[in-house]
Amino acid sequence: MRSGTVHALVGENGAGKSTLMKILYGMQKPDEGTIAVNGEQVTFGDPGDAIARGIGMVHQHFMLADNLTVLENVVLGSEKLYGIGSRARAKIQEISDAYGLGVRPDLLVEDLGVADRQRVEILKVLYRGARILILDEPTAVLVPQEVDALFDNLRELKAEGLTVIFISHKLGEVLSVADEITVIRRGTTVGNADPEHTTTKQLAELMVGSELPSPETRESTVTTERMLTVDGLRLAEVDLDGVERIVLDAIGFTIHKGEVLGIAGVEGNGQAELVETIMGMRVPDGGTVVLDGEDISRVPTRKRREDGIGYIPEDRHRHGLLLEAPLWENRILGHVTERPNSKGFLIDTAAARRDTERIVAEYDVRTPGIEVTAASLSGGNQQKLIVGREMSHLPKLLIAAHPTRGVDVGAQAQIWDQIRQARREGLAVLLISADLDELIGLSDTLRVMYRGRLVADADPATITPEELGSAMTGAATGHLEHDQHAENAATAATAENAADSDNGDGTGTLSAASGGEDR
Amino acid sequence: MKKFDKDRVVLGVAAPVLAVVGALIVTALVILATGKEPFTAFRVMIDYGDKTDSQVYILNKATTYYLAGLAVAVGFRMNLFNIGVDGQYRLAAFFAAAVGGAMSLPGVIQLPVVILTAMAVGALWAAIAGVLKVTRGVSEVISTIMLNSIAGIVIGYFLQGGRLGVLDKSANMVSTKPLPSSSHLFNFSTSGGAVDGFIIFAVLAGVLYWYGLSRTRFGFDLRAVGRSQSAAEASGVNVKRMVVTSMLISGAMAGLVGMPTLLNESYDYGTDFPVGIGFTGIAVALLGRNNPVGVAVGALLWAFLERASNGLEFEGYDKEIVGVIQGVIVLAVVIAYEVVRRYGITRQQRQVGAELAAAGIPKQQEVAA
Repeated sequence: MRSGTVHALVGENGAGKSTLMKILYGMQKPDEGTIAVNGEQVTFGDPGDAIARGIGMVHQHFMLADNLTVLENVVLGSEKLYGIGSRARAKIQEISDAYGLGVRPDLLVEDLGVADRQRVEILKVLYRGARILILDEPTAVLVPQEVDALFDNLRELKAEGLTVIFISHKLGEVLSVADEITVIRRGTTVGNADPEHTTTKQLAELMVGSELPSPETRESTVTTERMLTVDGLRLAEVDLDGVERIVLDAIGFTIHKGEVLGIAGVEGNGQAELVETIMGMRVPDGGTVVLDGEDISRVPTRKRREDGIGYIPEDRHRHGLLLEAPLWENRILGHVTERPNSKGFLIDTAAARRDTERIVAEYDVRTPGIEVTAASLSGGNQQKLIVGREMSHLPKLLIAAHPTRGVDVGAQAQIWDQIRQARREGLAVLLISADLDELIGLSDTLRVMYRGRLVADADPATITPEELGSAMTGAATGHLEHDQHAENAATAATAENAADSDNGDGTGTLSAASGGEDR
Repeated sequence: MKKFDKDRVVLGVAAPVLAVVGALIVTALVILATGKEPFTAFRVMIDYGDKTDSQVYILNKATTYYLAGLAVAVGFRMNLFNIGVDGQYRLAAFFAAAVGGAMSLPGVIQLPVVILTAMAVGALWAAIAGVLKVTRGVSEVISTIMLNSIAGIVIGYFLQGGRLGVLDKSANMVSTKPLPSSSHLFNFSTSGGAVDGFIIFAVLAGVLYWYGLSRTRFGFDLRAVGRSQSAAEASGVNVKRMVVTSMLISGAMAGLVGMPTLLNESYDYGTDFPVGIGFTGIAVALLGRNNPVGVAVGALLWAFLERASNGLEFEGYDKEIVGVIQGVIVLAVVIAYEVVRRYGITRQQRQVGAELAAAGIPKQQEVAA
């Protein structure tokens, strides 16, 4: 890669992007091969060596101390460079102005939004003198408007002669910001592409060797039978400082049989808490949850699961799997009281094993067998196992939090198909996703969650990701009416970002792979 | 699939073997440093520990260690560190002895009453730590250590003449009223002495432990909590209740630890009742990987080492050497398990990756556009 350019690195989850970056940043050692910086061959023993060579990394998950100010976070660990006082402040201001980052050094990090935190991370790296910036899936947590702002920042950096390595699997974004693109698959470079002359479709084919699926659902299967009714749900949490924070505020909605209700929102606005409250893992301070005519507000989690709630958790490692247990034990998890896993009080290991074999075959879980631990599967295959497990118990209501996060394109299509299929058979789905295209494509009804409240609703048939994005940042509330003029402008400007596949010219499909973490 | 299973067994055995070998090497160096010959010392230990009376001694000791190991293992299986087995078994044995001494019923009734009393007392004492943990967030490590100390004080208070104790003036010893002969448990006599009949109960406890944990819904939930508390909670396990329940089970199991001594040997609880077995249980559970057979092997090894230390003394070696071996084994076990566990995980990931890659090798695709 040449200096003064934005070089994008694309590939499916598990293709080896993150590993490559870890090697570049000195966090992992290569078995073979060399790295040359400015024509000089280098080896990195640890990130310190990489920093000394002017390589800086902005991680997907921010590494900031919430209770410190921006200034303190930036100087932390690099106190020797410019001290911790006015010299450091001046330097921060200088960098911030030079690249248009707009960082204010004295704010507490906990008061900053996601996009601002990301800018602090970038500034932190620049402060340490980096000339080569690695950004690992920087857009995964941003709404479309913030993505545009980030890209403006990147162009500033580029103009100043810095080099940016941009990792993503959102092809539309890659094409709009990158000067050069390298595609990797299964650990090897499979091609280079010139963004000027490449479409997302070509890039996708290069990336996965097949066409990208679309999350679109066509016919409506919504019935008038209420499956889940949530009313006046309220949850307050006391944080470490003893300050009470309202996490869920008067949440109310109804999901009918055959309906997918999508909830949009920037992460951390109460979606996870909402899901956990409906699952019975958190006790609400008020409000009711009614499943299929039965009040389950005070019912324990196990009973709720037995009553027919399927759960695809947001964080499958924390809530969906026993990583060190074999697959067949993971098949039992969450359904230990149900057949075929148990008879009476005893576990039926033979039946559970047989049924795991069935799930592995039907849901195309790529594994050499059911005795391997869940940890040894790739993220996508773990997710397929979870989906298979939850669907096997014929749920009435499926709570799907980021169901395709970190899942490769093939598995993604399969998971969407399964949700659609079950929805036709009368399943009610509560869908939470950071992937707006998935949300718009799958949902029958959309709600936007902001600071613990459902602030807006929208019709997925007409809404654009941009309009949804502005509601997610709290800029718009109420019923989001679709503005025809705005739509024309928006579609023209970001054709590849629009989810409408009726654009029909082939550039309208966006990589729907959501910003996820690798296993 | 067979291959994976075989590998797992090899890996499972590798850690304790590595640990014991490592410990022997360290001990040999220690013996060398004291200016003596290590291999003779090892031969002395084996010869002495192999005698018939030593074998009986080892079996009897191992019975109590095994029960203590199981009690600790129940906690370990769900990431609870029950250090309080020591206090639990002492308090349990004391009250069981007091109850048994106060009654004179036929053995078929009295024996179960004594055993159940011990289990109940052990369970209740352990439950205090469990309840404190779920209601007040007190670490069970801290509370059980303190409860050990309190148990000692409680016993000290009651074990006095006029309370529950009887003073033996000639030996200057206090003990509870001895159990009537109806509640003496049967022995197996051998040429080397009597093997405690309670060994049968220990084996039963081991079988029950294995069956309960690996074959029942309850056991699945318990292991799920141990592997991932958050995932277990999401799966519908009431984690708080599970903490209290498993402490109850652990405590009840701990209650059995004193029974071989009480029902087969001493028939009363006196100031000379064995102490510290709860801590041995921790080492034995670690060594045995919380596996019922493994814990048995660990218990036997521990008992053997203790017995062998007597032999060393006769030959002019320092018997503290055995303490060194035991200490090093525990350290080595903890390290070896972690090393082998990590190795096992990466190895399996690599195997899975290799098998899947062999299934479909990607074709190099030419540059588009």
